[in-house]
Amino acid sequence: MSTLLLAAQQAGELKAGLQSIGAGIVYGAAAIGPGIGIGLVVGSAITAMARQPEMQGTIRTTMFLGIAFTEALALFGFVLFFLAKS
Amino acid sequence: MPVLGGFVFPPVDELFRWKDIWFEGTPFAINKTVILIILSSIFVLIFMFSGSRKMKLQPSGMQNVVELTYEFIDTGITRDVVGHDAERYTPFLGTLFLWILFLNFWSVIPGIQFPPTSRMGVPGFLALMVYGIYLFVGFKHHKLKYLTGHLFPPGVPKFLYILVTPIEFVQLFLVRPFSLAVRLLANMMAGHILLTALSLLTAYAVNNVGVLKLVAIPAFGLNVAVMGFEILVGFLQAYIFTLLAAVYIGDSLHPDH
Repeated sequence: MSTLLLAAQQAGELKAGLQSIGAGIVYGAAAIGPGIGIGLVVGSAITAMARQPEMQGTIRTTMFLGIAFTEALALFGFVLFFLAKS
Repeated sequence: MPVLGGFVFPPVDELFRWKDIWFEGTPFAINKTVILIILSSIFVLIFMFSGSRKMKLQPSGMQNVVELTYEFIDTGITRDVVGHDAERYTPFLGTLFLWILFLNFWSVIPGIQFPPTSRMGVPGFLALMVYGIYLFVGFKHHKLKYLTGHLFPPGVPKFLYILVTPIEFVQLFLVRPFSLAVRLLANMMAGHILLTALSLLTAYAVNNVGVLKLVAIPAFGLNVAVMGFEILVGFLQAYIFTLLAAVYIGDSLHPDH
């Protein structure tokens, strides 16, 4: 009960602290999926390049496209991080 | 907000907002960002002019560099991605690539170290421009079939249109330009914040006493490494932005593949 009382007294600090924690969770959660996704994209691209070195140029272009589309989700999380903090 | 006992990281707003130098208070106010943008435009002009005046059959010096850059964009991006009838888009995509590249490289130039692309104005404007161009190209070449072809993709069972059409609509009109702008913005912003944090940490450690002074060595080493990484990121983001612009334009030109 006393912690609640303390919390009520320092409502501003509590709010700022919770906002920081929330922002951290937002970015951390948003980075999980794209991390796995980029790993899959690049891994497959390397396998493809090793099998067909003559197709390297095309594969690299496609790989960057795949990375860009996957990465977009993490970047939305990055923007939400700043929105959640302010 | 003090952390690490006395180490203070300034609020993020302070890292990206610069004071107006001339014409304060008017919409035409000029600050560091605007100066850097104008300088980069001039550099793109100088770069292209120096290589394309007095062209020789046997290229030498600057002409080599410019021709290599042009060829990189022409064969690597436009012809590969846009498909046939592509060469008319190379000048636009080339300018886009060079301008973003020069803007990004300000983030690692000592004494300046601020990428103007980390303010929403620049990538937002570029993304809106690409947005306008790919919609215009699509409607010009396919009339209304551009819209129906995208919103009702052929080969999908009829009852699935309830699901597919809203997703395609949001994708085409909202997600594409937004993610295009945010990708460039967030990458440059993250790099700038990281470099600032490491520099401040180094300065804080050097000015400290005792064991904390030793922190300066790894912090400075990391700072240099991240700076090298930033050069790579600046190049890669310019490349990806141009590549995606080409993909969207190509998709508007030939939506069937």
